[in-house]
Amino acid sequence: MDVDFDVIVVGAGVAGCVAAHQLATAGRSVLLVERGAQVGDKALSGGVLYCRVMEQIFPGFLERAPVERAITRNCLSFMNSDSFVNIDYADDRLGAPVNAVSVLRAKLDAWLGEQCEAAGAMVMPGVLVDRLLLEGGRVLGVGAGEDELRCHVVVAADGVNSFVARDAGLRDPDPPRHLALGVKSVIALDRSTIEARFNLPAAGGAGGLAEGAAYAVVGDCTKGVGGGGFMYTNLESVSIGLVLRLDDLARSGETASDLHDRFLDHRRVAPFLEGGELLEYGAHLVAEGGAAMVRGLVAPGLVLVGEAAGLALNTGLTVRGMDLAAGSALAAAKCVDAALAAGDCSAAGLASYEAALRASFVGRDIETYRRAPAFLEGTRMFNDYGPLLADVFHGVYNLDLSPRRRLVKTARAAVKASPVRLVDLARDAWAAMRAL
Amino acid sequence: MRLGSIPERLSRDRHNLGAASHIEVDQAAARRLGAGPLLERICPAHVYTQGPDGAIRINWAACLECGTCLALAPPGVLTWRYPAGGAGIAYRHG
Repeated sequence: MDVDFDVIVVGAGVAGCVAAHQLATAGRSVLLVERGAQVGDKALSGGVLYCRVMEQIFPGFLERAPVERAITRNCLSFMNSDSFVNIDYADDRLGAPVNAVSVLRAKLDAWLGEQCEAAGAMVMPGVLVDRLLLEGGRVLGVGAGEDELRCHVVVAADGVNSFVARDAGLRDPDPPRHLALGVKSVIALDRSTIEARFNLPAAGGAGGLAEGAAYAVVGDCTKGVGGGGFMYTNLESVSIGLVLRLDDLARSGETASDLHDRFLDHRRVAPFLEGGELLEYGAHLVAEGGAAMVRGLVAPGLVLVGEAAGLALNTGLTVRGMDLAAGSALAAAKCVDAALAAGDCSAAGLASYEAALRASFVGRDIETYRRAPAFLEGTRMFNDYGPLLADVFHGVYNLDLSPRRRLVKTARAAVKASPVRLVDLARDAWAAMRAL
Repeated sequence: MRLGSIPERLSRDRHNLGAASHIEVDQAAARRLGAGPLLERICPAHVYTQGPDGAIRINWAACLECGTCLALAPPGVLTWRYPAGGAGIAYRHG
């Protein structure tokens, strides 16, 4: 078959760049097509990057790549209308070795694009792939306006809305309950102000990187809509926003931007941001279906990676996408390279990708947390447990001269007064043990 | 911290203005299915506004390209593809 490139990768996000980099490094001719005018223009994330996998792909990643802060402090926050209960976990071990970093994707992805070029891939930004070239179900290349480019394998890394996957008939649109809207603001603050407000040691103990904090917030921050809030520190800015499950957002009658504003205005959140300046307001969809979203990864001449493959994981405590994108791209690149070597890029020739993905940390973690989406859909998680926790602590700390009761009795009284029944508590605890 | 109105916020973002809208609304279908109020409130950039005559106005240049409207609009109401290559939102931070 006469081709322009061995491989065409659609989309220069984390998944697309890793796939292009690996295949170019293996000596394949690779075209990386990106619809943004520059690599990074369309990228937006709302969580930290669990970066160990990046270190495998790009040795010296933490020293070389434009990362913001090493996350050594994680907070799980239950937000209620008039209270705020936090599990605050800071640990030096999270900085040695560094496990997670905050990133600003416009900068990170631009760097990833440079690594692809250095590895020999041709990077072509400003081009929208608007169709696949198909013949009898076999993908032969991509079309962009009047241009047609042919290749042995297309790697679809075009994100959660992947039109490439839809056009290939690999994915029907996902149901709204498997998708969530992320709405985010990036707010500029001085470095020292951030370190003071987020209780961060100023001298970097994390391999020379500045240290940072990440908050996962559940409860009233979304006004009962499934999802939650996030807030994390960059070097000189804070990224903050909400993730709103689409089915609930539609049903709730709420306005997405109002919920975002209400979260940032909450009296326990606003002080973090006081005096800051809005740098950017953005939005992005997130895959929230977990294992249910991962299906049909291969077609003749085509593989899906990253969120185009439905790969994202919300366990309530950690929210992951970028590391899964990188992991899937690693697995895909290896299998595409083998298929090219064997001269068989049919579905059968590429099928080893599905098995390789299942065997990798990506597939294993998706399987481990397969019950998490259903568990997190339960409304008690969002509405009832935060106030219940606050009531327990209120009973402990509110010394109102009434005779004290032991903690167990205080807690039991709080449960009794809340809509949560003991049987719900037991059932949810059991479900949490199985799901998370 | 002042966030400002949605248009004020979007004016801080960088957009490369495209030549044509990447969004089309079937006004008759939208009216029949009452899609206006839904589109107005789910879009984080307030791209959609319903006029007093019921027609939905599309401020496509403000689009953040998230795809929420595409996922939630009743079938047949919306045609939504990404803007042309190089056009649309261009995050400086992301």
